[in-house]
Amino acid sequence: MSQSQTMSAEEAEAAIVLDKVNKWYGAMHVLRDVSLIVGKGERVVVCGPSGSGKSTTIRCINRLEEHQQGRIIVDGTELTGDTRALDTIRREVGMVFQSFNLFPHLTILENCTLAPIQVRKMPKAEAEELAMDYLRRVKIPEQANKYPLQLSGGQQQRVAIARALCMKPKIMLFDEPTSALDPEMIKEVLDTMVGLAETGMTMVCVTHEMGFARQVANRVVFMDRGEVVESGTPTEMFEHPRTDRLKMFLSQILRGH
Amino acid sequence: MSGTATDPRLAPSRQAPKRALRLSWTDPRFRSIVWQAVVVAVVVGIVGYFVGNARSNLEARHIATGFGFLDETSGIPIGETLIPYLPGTSTYLTALVEGVLNTLKVAVVGVVLATILGTLIGIGRLSPNWLLARITAVYVEVLRDIPVLLQLLFWYVLLQGLPAPRQSMRIGDAVFLSNRGIKVPLLIWQGAHSWALLGFVVAIVLSVLWVRHAHRRQDATGQSPPVLPVVLALLIGLPAIIWAALGAPLSFDMPQLHGFNFTGGGTITPEYGALLTGLVIYTSSYIAEIVRSGIQAVPHGQWEAAQALGLHRGKTLRLVVLPQALRVIIPPMTSQYLNLTKNSSLAVAIGYQDIVSIANTILNQTGQAIEGIAIIMAVYLTISLSISLFMNWYNAHIALVER
Repeated sequence: MSQSQTMSAEEAEAAIVLDKVNKWYGAMHVLRDVSLIVGKGERVVVCGPSGSGKSTTIRCINRLEEHQQGRIIVDGTELTGDTRALDTIRREVGMVFQSFNLFPHLTILENCTLAPIQVRKMPKAEAEELAMDYLRRVKIPEQANKYPLQLSGGQQQRVAIARALCMKPKIMLFDEPTSALDPEMIKEVLDTMVGLAETGMTMVCVTHEMGFARQVANRVVFMDRGEVVESGTPTEMFEHPRTDRLKMFLSQILRGH
Repeated sequence: MSGTATDPRLAPSRQAPKRALRLSWTDPRFRSIVWQAVVVAVVVGIVGYFVGNARSNLEARHIATGFGFLDETSGIPIGETLIPYLPGTSTYLTALVEGVLNTLKVAVVGVVLATILGTLIGIGRLSPNWLLARITAVYVEVLRDIPVLLQLLFWYVLLQGLPAPRQSMRIGDAVFLSNRGIKVPLLIWQGAHSWALLGFVVAIVLSVLWVRHAHRRQDATGQSPPVLPVVLALLIGLPAIIWAALGAPLSFDMPQLHGFNFTGGGTITPEYGALLTGLVIYTSSYIAEIVRSGIQAVPHGQWEAAQALGLHRGKTLRLVVLPQALRVIIPPMTSQYLNLTKNSSLAVAIGYQDIVSIANTILNQTGQAIEGIAIIMAVYLTISLSISLFMNWYNAHIALVER
């Protein structure tokens, strides 16, 4: 890992750079030379069959998983074993999970203010004001004093988005944010994400929601068996897939819908 | 959703109608009332039979019932006393109080030590350190599989096997370990110590105020003032300054060997030592498993979400994981506290004079068997219910709000 190569100007400018990233779970080679550059304000959708390494890829970006070879540069800081670099990156990168992962023992408001108070050392009143601001943006300010388990799945996921935004991140990662939701709740979460995209946030989103990809993505990346197989604009990818693997994947998910 | 306020299902317009009771075996409500009546009749019958039986037996043996014997003089020698007691002048009541205090002495100290030891071992089993994880695993698997009575006897025999006082193991000229127990120096209490103790109490109050101030300051400015160093300085510094200002008096009642035994100093008897060690070690092996399963019951996603927000490991554990783990830990922990308290009655086996041991002796001397057993049951019931009530209150206090 951390080959001390000097960073090029382009790499320092980009929001996220993955350069020939490799990862193994024991003998299983789960990421094979994954390279990807996400520019500032760019919105990238990563798709692919299950087990393709797409979740692992974005979980490497804030080091919930460690990569073992190659370089990852986030907002000009390279991810190494160094804890200070990791702290910097985790402050700048927000993440939304498939299973929401709200803290069930804290109210919605406390979920949103925990990190700003503990990590950003923000005064409580200011953090609460900020949290209410974001809760209004995801359209659930009236739930602020309830607990997560009192909310529907869609509401919980919107809180999770607000919670991540309260850290004022420059980059947002979404790991299958709608996969655990009932169909009627998917739209409210996707609408929130579209709204976020319109503010110019840099977003990397693992999802199978092709409608969402068409609407907001600058670029779609298709992964299979740990490799980036194909990438391009949504139109290129969905209308004119070049590889057989992408053609097969598209036919499968379209049949599923 | 904002729609809930106008949901017509929530408006209290009408109440659900009550269904009339049918006097038929096919009506479940009628059936359940009949069964409950039968159960009550059976219970009353059995209790009545026992009471009648006991009464006629007592009459046949000319035993007077009642608790009047408690005022009689007790001749029972008691090895460890916490309040003044003299065989031949004190009453049976005083002897029973000694028994209760001895039981509480084991139960309270035991619960605290078992919790600390068990928690450390439980966390140790989750350690990524291979050696530590294995050692703690062996500890748990071995100690919870050996009957507690056997463990008590083991520790008692071990402590009995120590050398006689003349050959005792020693740490300097202060602490002596022999088959008479552990002898330690006792501080001779003087006026300055009372003032220092008062200073300590004041320091506790000041610490609480400081912690509150620190929280308020963090809420207001986001900066958290140092808490631990200030609190430690207060708790140690204030009593020390007062003590030093009053001339720093310090003298000890040292244990000294006279003939075949020691005089002076404080004693941890072999009986108490064995009982406490055995109960703490046995119970801690269960508590370790409870703590481990509690921490593991918190989904891994909670760690990840906290990390993704930039929280470090310590804060994640303290603010996110432990508050959730406690909910899983508290109910079985209550059972272990109750078990430890009740297992302390095994003290009889190694000659420690707890409530069971003393009440038994009284029962033999006075013949008041029913009263004696009733007292023992009342004592354990009171202690156990107190523990349960407190733990249930605490559990409700930290419960998750759902729906």
